[in-house]
Amino acid sequence: MVAVCFYFQVHQPYRLRKYPVFDIGANSDYFNHEKNREIMLKVADKCYLPANRVILDLINEMGEEFRVSYSITGVALEQFREYCPEVLESFQRLVDTGQVELLDETYYHSLSFLYSEREFIEQVKMHRKAMKELFGYKPRVFRNTELIYNNRLASLAEEMGYKGVLAEGADHILGWRSPNFLYKPVTAKRIRLLLKNYRLSDDIAFRFSERSWEGWPLTAEKFANWISKINGNGNCVNLFMDYETFGEHQWESTGIFDFLRRLPAEILKHPDNEFMTPSEVVREFKPVAELDVHNVVSWADVERDLSAWLGNPMQMSAIECLYRLEDSVKESGDEKLLEDWRRLQTADHFYYMCTKWFNDGDVHKYFNVYERPHDSFIAFMNVLNDMGIRLKIHKNWREKNGKEKNNEGKKECEEIFGGRYSRELLLGQ
Amino acid sequence: MFGWEFPPFSSGGLGTACYGLTRGLTNQGVDITFVLPRIEGALDCDYMRILAAEKGRLKFKTIDAALRPYMTSKAYNDFIRDFGLKGFGGASLYGRELFEEVDRYARAAEAIAEDGDFDVIHCHDWMTYRAGIHARKAAEKMGRKVPLIAHIHSTEFDRTGGHPQGYVYYLEWEGLREADYIVAVSDYTKGMVVRHYSIDPKKIHVIHNAIDYEEKAPAETPKIKEFHKIVLFLGRITIQKGPDHFLRIAKRIAEVDDNVRFIVVGSGDMFRHIVEESANLGIGDKVLFADFLSGKDVERAYRMAHVYVMPSISEPFGLTALEAMKYGTPVVISKQSGVSEVIKNCLVVDFWDVNRMVDRIMAVLKYKELRDTMSMEGVEEIKRFSWREPAKKCLELYRRAMKKKW
Repeated sequence: MVAVCFYFQVHQPYRLRKYPVFDIGANSDYFNHEKNREIMLKVADKCYLPANRVILDLINEMGEEFRVSYSITGVALEQFREYCPEVLESFQRLVDTGQVELLDETYYHSLSFLYSEREFIEQVKMHRKAMKELFGYKPRVFRNTELIYNNRLASLAEEMGYKGVLAEGADHILGWRSPNFLYKPVTAKRIRLLLKNYRLSDDIAFRFSERSWEGWPLTAEKFANWISKINGNGNCVNLFMDYETFGEHQWESTGIFDFLRRLPAEILKHPDNEFMTPSEVVREFKPVAELDVHNVVSWADVERDLSAWLGNPMQMSAIECLYRLEDSVKESGDEKLLEDWRRLQTADHFYYMCTKWFNDGDVHKYFNVYERPHDSFIAFMNVLNDMGIRLKIHKNWREKNGKEKNNEGKKECEEIFGGRYSRELLLGQ
Repeated sequence: MFGWEFPPFSSGGLGTACYGLTRGLTNQGVDITFVLPRIEGALDCDYMRILAAEKGRLKFKTIDAALRPYMTSKAYNDFIRDFGLKGFGGASLYGRELFEEVDRYARAAEAIAEDGDFDVIHCHDWMTYRAGIHARKAAEKMGRKVPLIAHIHSTEFDRTGGHPQGYVYYLEWEGLREADYIVAVSDYTKGMVVRHYSIDPKKIHVIHNAIDYEEKAPAETPKIKEFHKIVLFLGRITIQKGPDHFLRIAKRIAEVDDNVRFIVVGSGDMFRHIVEESANLGIGDKVLFADFLSGKDVERAYRMAHVYVMPSISEPFGLTALEAMKYGTPVVISKQSGVSEVIKNCLVVDFWDVNRMVDRIMAVLKYKELRDTMSMEGVEEIKRFSWREPAKKCLELYRRAMKKKW
């Protein structure tokens, strides 16, 4: 018996504008609203709306038998609300069917797990809250940003009450073992580990339209056939990918939507195949072994490590300077400042600074809104400098007026910097 | 006059200097035809409107050529590729590589010279020297002896940190040898020309660049100045300008004063390297990059700085130092520069002496009195400069050249 477990990642970052030196201390509006809006509308049109329609149709046609799961980042949700509310509504409709599972992750799609566990936990809690308020849903399975994972992450997820956690089925952690089983993290008691079958996942996500690939053209029949072959030596096939695969990375003209529409029926033609969500996989199967993942793995690039975000001195410098501000940002009590700081944690900002141009570089280039990785580094550091000035104003104010008047300091800062509280808007606090 | 660039489309001191000199000369009643390379059909500009000549007349002629200021062979190839200048079937109107294009430009200059009436040919830097030689030949064909003046704003030795590209060096040498007179922008440059090109020093006239001071409403000062001490680097990010020295200086200062920010304005072939190096040195949050700026933004950049540093390893003149002073910004400049011969209200240090550089910059940052004095006296000093002076000297040279018995 093979359970096919689809998991889609939905994310859009708040991209920074080319923040110039002259704006430091003078303009604390960091984000490129126009570009963010434009990209959100484009992706909504090419991917989210048509793909959600396909999934909803499939659920309606096939009933109980078809399931999928998603995780949607907080920053994507905020941008849905801001630019394209019908996308959020269409996700809500999907969740309302009861056959869609939602996963938790960090609200800001951040690398906080690597730099501040305190911040990491706060962001997971924020995401949990957003799931509850927007979907009336309580996720039971956790996936970290970019499937960044190690033993410690499993322990943290377990402490936070999750039943399962997702990771990349990377060769260097699996060795001779297969990703098509449930595992138990070596440091955890109850939590289970689902590993991505990267060969089959990437066949769809990366190779679907690649004409030089021997599998091209990839039909639903062919793919279902590969899945069925796992019968007898695997319990589950975990197909994890970016949701933007459908219509955005693989354009509609490649036939990706037809593929998606026909795939479930083809898979179910084999009597032993079925669909499950991550928490069903956790409930249904027993772990076959313990897995010890000491070093951090991710689902990115051929290296499956952190080098896409933390591979060069610019990236290291940027992220270290960012997390160095944590205490003072939190002490300031300025909600807007906190939100800006958190939006800067989104992994994409560091991805844009990546200088690995070969092979994977192509993908990087595609996703990069800047001309050069250096430009994104420069904009980011300029923004951090402005943030430094905001913090300085807070500090001076507090020193002048004593701590108890903190709230007034906050108000003064609001007057100076303006800005909306979109998170409050979103969560209705 | 043959040049490479002219404001507002200029990327460096050469354009500014040509503009100043041309204006100075026309004010003295000289008629000038200024010849520039330009891509046919590229964004054009009405130079005439920018330059309302008072007495003399100024005409612009353009030659369709893919030459840009400060171009290197590689930059030329990239440029041709990026702008898709290859014609149908791969055949191109433009030269296959930089030197072929320089040659093509020179031959086109001959044609321009044939239908013109002129007394002096004045060329600015190596790309135009051969054009000048061809123009002189064209005049000769029509039975006129016209003197050729080679103006040298920078040598290949300056630009490459002492590792000249052979062919550029050759073109410079050819132009300097062929020229009847040479104008060098400083004694420093005259020395370079004598030393590296074995040119007779008697042929070389030093005419320092200048600056015109005009009373204008100042651009607003950027906010960041209220919160940080600002050290400014402004120039092409190439080996010549010493951006790597600037980083070393920045690192040392950052170690003792957390509140100083270093702003790098400009672009160039070392840009990426310098950005990465700043992160490498752990001062990624202290060194801020503003890319290439023009117009009012340049003034804002100068005004934002508490001190302007010019750590060039070899600077024939260094107009930026005068510009900084004009906006009241104290300057610390490299001793290996032409500008240090003509200004007093500045601090001068050997470019390689990082310790002393740091020491001088720190002093300016620390002592407000020193800063204020340098600023005020600097502006006063700048007021005494005018492009009238170099234009006068230039005109004298023209007269002398025309009187010369052949």
